Amino acid sequence: MISFDFLAVLAEWPLLLKGLAWTLGLTAVATPLGMAIATLAAWARACGPTWLRRGLGVYVELLRNTPFIVQLFFIFFGLPAAGVKLSPELASVIAMTLNLGAYGCEILRAGIQATPRGQWEAAQSLALSPVQVFLRVVLPPAVQRVWPAMTSQIIIVMLGSAVCGQISTEELSYAANLIQSRNFRAFEAFIIATLTYLALAIALRRLLMWAGARFIFGRRPA
Amino acid sequence: MTASFSRRLLVASLSLLALGAVQAQSALDSITKSKTIKIAMPTDYPPYGFVGPDMAPQGLDVAMAQLIAAKLGVKAELVPVTSANRIPYLQTKKADLVISTLGKNPDREKVINFSAAYAPFYQAVFAPKSLSIKSWADLAGKTVAVTRGAMEDQELAKVAPASLEFKRFEDNNATIAAFAAGQTQLIATSAAVAGNLMQRNPGLNTEYKLLLKDSPCYVGVAKGEDALLAKVNEIIAAAKAAGELEALSKKWLGRGTGELPL
Repeated sequence: MISFDFLAVLAEWPLLLKGLAWTLGLTAVATPLGMAIATLAAWARACGPTWLRRGLGVYVELLRNTPFIVQLFFIFFGLPAAGVKLSPELASVIAMTLNLGAYGCEILRAGIQATPRGQWEAAQSLALSPVQVFLRVVLPPAVQRVWPAMTSQIIIVMLGSAVCGQISTEELSYAANLIQSRNFRAFEAFIIATLTYLALAIALRRLLMWAGARFIFGRRPA
Repeated sequence: MTASFSRRLLVASLSLLALGAVQAQSALDSITKSKTIKIAMPTDYPPYGFVGPDMAPQGLDVAMAQLIAAKLGVKAELVPVTSANRIPYLQTKKADLVISTLGKNPDREKVINFSAAYAPFYQAVFAPKSLSIKSWADLAGKTVAVTRGAMEDQELAKVAPASLEFKRFEDNNATIAAFAAGQTQLIATSAAVAGNLMQRNPGLNTEYKLLLKDSPCYVGVAKGEDALLAKVNEIIAAAKAAGELEALSKKWLGRGTGELPL
């Protein structure tokens, strides 16, 4: 008969809380930075010069076609050989940001390319500068079109931070793993971690859907 | 009962006795007779026993096996074993000796005999030579790589100052990689892992700093083979006196034997 002992795991709540804080913190930093990279890269891929488009193509394909954990290991274990020594937390944030930047770029580019040509031309005929055209006319409806996909991607990156424990970033799954290696309550520790991730993902989705409509692209047109 | 029958009975029982004597021939006798000694050793446990780039087994345990065989004047036949099957190999006489980083504990002492210790096995803190560390207090404010859930992790937490920062990794390879990449200043691990690290990354100048826990290696001998055990102990004592054990330990583990229990 298996008996469960959730109290043994919950007794380690400071570790769990610290893990939760790190997971949230990593996501909170990587999301805006990744979105910024995604926006710049999507703009450049849509209307930048050819060399920049090619360069960004390499970045996007490289990041989208290699496993996240390998990117993370490369930054943490590989870069020191080139003299770049980063703390586990910084390496995690950089890996998450670059990853979100690459995926976000392609998501956003899809939204930008779906903008009718007439809309670009109408904006240009009003003598708006290229930056104004992009930021005020093209970007808001593009973001609105792809916002659900972007939200999913941000949640995937948040959940992906679970592997950052492999380079000793003390996020939530690291905490669960540490607890279960000490008291051998693997089932309880990972159930608690699972439910916490689930709650985080649902909360993050709601927050992003609300924030997107409120701050980024305005209210959905009727 | 006729005379001839009792004579036959006598012959039969004598031959039975002789047969029994053959079966009970001691391991030492059969070793000297066959000129080979079967020694169980690890092949997956650097630097104690592993397969080198030339596919030949090497390591401290292998060197020790060859030393014992040489002193006995016989050929060593190395039998590769794992941690899990090394004692059964001895019990079923598939091996005469086990030289396989075998630690002594009461449970094992019930089923096999142990010689005197021949090499240290320990968990310790290692760091580059340039870092001066003399006591636990010197670890304050430093970072250390450990393998999560390993004994070093818990032992070190008990003795280290609170400001020592632990970086915990999933397995020994990640722990080594983090230390080798310079992501941590120190590494707390077993002598086996550290020896491996020093061999592969001589440029790091890693050296032994502080001892966490000691559990030396013994040669395992099957129960009842007292003559062989006495002989092995004799060889170990002589090798110790001649400084051969010290040299082996320095070569493979990067640290002297220290006090070895008998």
